Amino acid sequence: MIELIWLIPLLPLLGFLINGLGQNVLPKPLIGILGSGVVFASFLISCVLFGEVNTARSAGEAGTFTYQLFDWISVGSFNLSFSFLLDPLSAIMLLIVTGIGFLIHLYSYSYMEHDEGFGKFFSYLNLFIFFMLLLVLGSNYLIMFIGWEGVGLCSYLLIGFWYKNVDYSSAAKKAFVMNRIGDLGFLIAVFAIIATFGSLEFGEVLPAAAQLPMGDTALLLITLMLFIAATGKSAQLPLFTWLPDAMAGPTPVSALIHAATMVTAGIYMIARSNILFTLSPITMQIIAVVGLATALLAACIAITQNDIKKVLAYSTVSQLGYMFLGLGVGAFTGAFFHVLTHAFFKALLFLGAGSVIHAMSNEQDMRMMGGLKKKLPITYITMLIGTIAIAGIPPLSGFFSKDEILAYAFFASPVFWVLGFIGALFTAFYMFRLLALTFFGKFRGTEEQKHHVHESPWQMTLPLIVLAVFAAVGGCLNIPAALHGNSWLAQFLAPIFADSQTIAQPFHLEHTTEYILMAASTVGALAMAFYAINTYRRNVSVTDTSKGGVLYKLSYHKFYIDEIYQALVVKPLDAASRAFYKVVDRDGIDRLVHAVGDFFILSGRGIRQVQNGHVGFYIFMMVVGVIAIMVYGFLHV
Amino acid sequence: MDHIVQNIQGIPLNHYLIFCSIVFAIGVIGVLIRRNVIIIMMSIELMLNSVNLLLAAFSAYRGDASGQVFVFFVMALAAAEVAVGLAIVIMVYRNTKSVDLESLSKLRW
Amino acid sequence: MDNLFILLLFPTLSAIVLSFVKSSSLARGFGLGASLVQLALTIPFVCAFIPNAEVQFEQALPWISTLGISFHIGIDGISLPLVLLTNVLIPLIILSGFRKQHTGSFYALILFMQTGLLLVFTALDAFSFYVGWEIALIPIYFICALWGGPDRIRVNLKFFVYTFLGSIFMLIGIIYLYQQNPNKDFEWTSFIHLILSESEQRWLFWAFFLAFAIKIPILPFHTWQPDTYTNAPAAGTMLLAGIMLKMGVYGLIRWLIPIVPAGVAAYGSLVFVLCIVGIVYASIIAFQQQDAKRLIAYSSIAHVGLISAGVFAWNTTGLQGAILQMVNHGIIVVGLFFVIDILEDRTGTRLLDGLGGLADRMKKLAAFFLIIIMAGIGLPLTNGFIGEFLLLKGLFQVHVWAMAVAGLTLIFGAVYMLRLFQKTMLGPMESKYGAVKDINGYEVLLLGVVVILIIVIGVYPNALLRLSEASVTRLVQQISF
Repeated sequence: MIELIWLIPLLPLLGFLINGLGQNVLPKPLIGILGSGVVFASFLISCVLFGEVNTARSAGEAGTFTYQLFDWISVGSFNLSFSFLLDPLSAIMLLIVTGIGFLIHLYSYSYMEHDEGFGKFFSYLNLFIFFMLLLVLGSNYLIMFIGWEGVGLCSYLLIGFWYKNVDYSSAAKKAFVMNRIGDLGFLIAVFAIIATFGSLEFGEVLPAAAQLPMGDTALLLITLMLFIAATGKSAQLPLFTWLPDAMAGPTPVSALIHAATMVTAGIYMIARSNILFTLSPITMQIIAVVGLATALLAACIAITQNDIKKVLAYSTVSQLGYMFLGLGVGAFTGAFFHVLTHAFFKALLFLGAGSVIHAMSNEQDMRMMGGLKKKLPITYITMLIGTIAIAGIPPLSGFFSKDEILAYAFFASPVFWVLGFIGALFTAFYMFRLLALTFFGKFRGTEEQKHHVHESPWQMTLPLIVLAVFAAVGGCLNIPAALHGNSWLAQFLAPIFADSQTIAQPFHLEHTTEYILMAASTVGALAMAFYAINTYRRNVSVTDTSKGGVLYKLSYHKFYIDEIYQALVVKPLDAASRAFYKVVDRDGIDRLVHAVGDFFILSGRGIRQVQNGHVGFYIFMMVVGVIAIMVYGFLHV
Repeated sequence: MDHIVQNIQGIPLNHYLIFCSIVFAIGVIGVLIRRNVIIIMMSIELMLNSVNLLLAAFSAYRGDASGQVFVFFVMALAAAEVAVGLAIVIMVYRNTKSVDLESLSKLRW
Repeated sequence: MDNLFILLLFPTLSAIVLSFVKSSSLARGFGLGASLVQLALTIPFVCAFIPNAEVQFEQALPWISTLGISFHIGIDGISLPLVLLTNVLIPLIILSGFRKQHTGSFYALILFMQTGLLLVFTALDAFSFYVGWEIALIPIYFICALWGGPDRIRVNLKFFVYTFLGSIFMLIGIIYLYQQNPNKDFEWTSFIHLILSESEQRWLFWAFFLAFAIKIPILPFHTWQPDTYTNAPAAGTMLLAGIMLKMGVYGLIRWLIPIVPAGVAAYGSLVFVLCIVGIVYASIIAFQQQDAKRLIAYSSIAHVGLISAGVFAWNTTGLQGAILQMVNHGIIVVGLFFVIDILEDRTGTRLLDGLGGLADRMKKLAAFFLIIIMAGIGLPLTNGFIGEFLLLKGLFQVHVWAMAVAGLTLIFGAVYMLRLFQKTMLGPMESKYGAVKDINGYEVLLLGVVVILIIVIGVYPNALLRLSEASVTRLVQQISF
């Protein structure tokens, strides 16, 4: 069955080509069915392949398959093939990408129905799925890099989907450029990997790396560069500012690309290269600190935002920070588990937000919402589930994944745990604030909106329900031993992380300690939830943003990070551009070139005075010349 | 024939040299200081003829006829030169109503 | 048909015939037809080419035998991609001139230029090389001077004198080498085996380098280029940027480095730094350019800076990347300049502030433009990526920091290229462009060919890489410094 693997990315590519070329010709239903259909077909094949891997794992094998298509680049002794790798990690990612991808295609069918760029939208989504699948399936770093850059392109296209708005297209450009900074890191890492290991294939690099000593400098360079790449794609400090702006794209895009799949690529990549990172403790520490800092910073900003999508965007940044914290403290399974559960509940929340926005006639400001509980019952219930899940309240999925990360963090350093715990409190607060502002209290919109509010059609609610089910029960995939679970996910992924686990200090916490940690976070989250609901259900102080102290202002203005970047990077570069052009190029180098020409022109101008047209003068000069030659001749004979 | 040669040789060569130099110098100075084109051409003839005389003199002193052959060449050349030169002068006179050299200063930077 | 001279002879003869054609429709048909026949004539050579062998299809005619000059041409893996590039791009460039009513002389000059370019790429005799080098300059001078922009005469004079100055130094170098040559000929093979002292090599390096650096252009010698590109007609810009500057890079690979390795050893690192500084410098300038053509001109300086740096890295990867990227860059700039030409034709301006929102009216153009821009940025699965990847890998083998600085082109390229796209295509549409028509007919054909080449090379670069692999490896092993 592994022979079918090339169909998985090919089908969305075909969908892209057909929809892209026929976007103005094909009827809308056909475009929609085709666009969703190819992804569903890929999903089915992925399920079959997942079954294969699962069978192999149950039989105690590693469950790794590679499939080579053709030689891509060969130069000298360096040969790179275009080939795919199927193993437990990519099998799960396949399911996420195609599964959630399909649900979001379905959702988009209704969400984008009245948009003039319907065909374009579906072709871009298909293209995104194609590149994301390349990223996931690539059997070497360069194929992964194709997908890595390709999803960046799709992100650019989809953020700037409504291209007539200048702000949106600028946001798209910002996302692309910031991602590119990370991509340069990726490329440097790729070269360093070639230099160190002579190959880019995961199957050769990773086992070879396991033989290297702890703290190898080459590994340090590689992992640092890979981490820079991850900060770009997965929106971590200092490159996270593009993600909130990316909310300019249509909401299904935010759900698919900027919550469930693309932004987790960084975590996927680090999880895949885990052995490299385990062997560079310095990088691991940097990752943990950066992840934690991002998680806290983004959570602080999310508290005061009023745009429903902005809150979710910062929440995504914050949750990604948790995943990096997990990676940094060695909880690879936990981090990946969080990728999984986050994909469910954050896609759900975004789609729910989309449903709300759709119902409110494109209103995104939560201050203009309120009281939508009755009017949008399905959306409300599903979003409630998502909110509980992300807040980390048991027994929903977010609790288990976040708890695993926090437990590892506690094992690494209690300080990490405390900070992570504070972040989790913030998470619960802003999520329930969002829920309360949107669904509770009185309706604050216009009469027209009130009249128009309606529950979304089935194409939109079905994905919500499916995702809500997964967000609710997804935790069962990896119930920790402390709760008498069998840690299925950890077992399944064991071959991927095996090398790291033998090297790293084995994780061990007393069950009682774990229970205390769990209880603390549960109680904290519940308390924050009630506090937020109580504060915001009675519409007090929601509409006024001018009041509030320094901290409030800092948070509301996102710590002025965009402005700082603008002043420190963009402005100087633009000034340099003008200065280089005007001062150095035109007035400097070009002036010098012209000076050479001017020299000859000026000397010509001087010498030509001799050609005055007076024949008498010419004759005189001739005589002088003749005499001079004669004199010279006499003197030198 | 011989007494002509002897007559010529009777005058010391230096005299020829000095005389020819003076005539040549007069020609040069004439070319330099006069502005009338016809006079300038006459001065050029003066220079040519001073050289001719010198050639003839040397030829006679050395008993070598080739010098006198050269004199004929120079005379033929001078005739041709005068023909072309005078044609130019006439054309110039037709266009500028003058034979002043200064009127020919159009060709300059 | 397997005589290589036919590739030089055919465009020359076509050019002579064309120069008498006055009717513009006849001239177009004839010009395009001739360039396509020329392309077809190339195919047998590509098919019969054996990648692992040395120079093939050699032809030599005694020319001025008393001086040992012969008309000696041949193809190896380094010249073949460039010959192919020339013969593929010329039909596209001729096609790009179809909008205007040109007489035969316009197309004749392009075909005549093709002869010069092909002679440069195939010459195995320094004298023939120099002749081709100068022949290529004459038609481009006239193309720019007759059909160029408002400032064309002044700019063209600068361009001509500047490049000519470089050539003169090269000529001096060639004559000196001839004097030192015991065989008393101008053959490439005897030149590279000359035994020259270190000090000779040092000044010879500059004599040759100046000619190539001006043509490429490398950083301090580049100021003729943006002016010339902006004032040349579209076809002229494409010829200049697409093919002509490759003459310089080819000269580096074929003549400069093999002949004076000790000179390269002495000054190579200086030039290497210049190239890399040039990448960053030109990219930064491109950020704020208003004129779309000037923007692409500066981006082109950045790109060729990377290519030259790859050459001076002098390893198989870097050189392979340089050769591939020369081809890619040619394809990409032809596409870019054609898009700009279309925009200027439809809207009457090239200034970015006067444009915007055109994607609304020109959907097909926007799609093509985006793909070409992505290739320019070096997105994977486009040809630009493969070239940049190999070049940067080649630089990495020399120096990590050199690669890191040169790699900034990834980021900077995205900044200025996306700005170009945003300022022209995106944003609200200006009402005065309401009647602008989308591309059609031959425009779609031209851009379609460009995009297909971009993607095909991006997905399967080995087709081209295999052609040059053996020659490059041999050259690197043969010449080291």
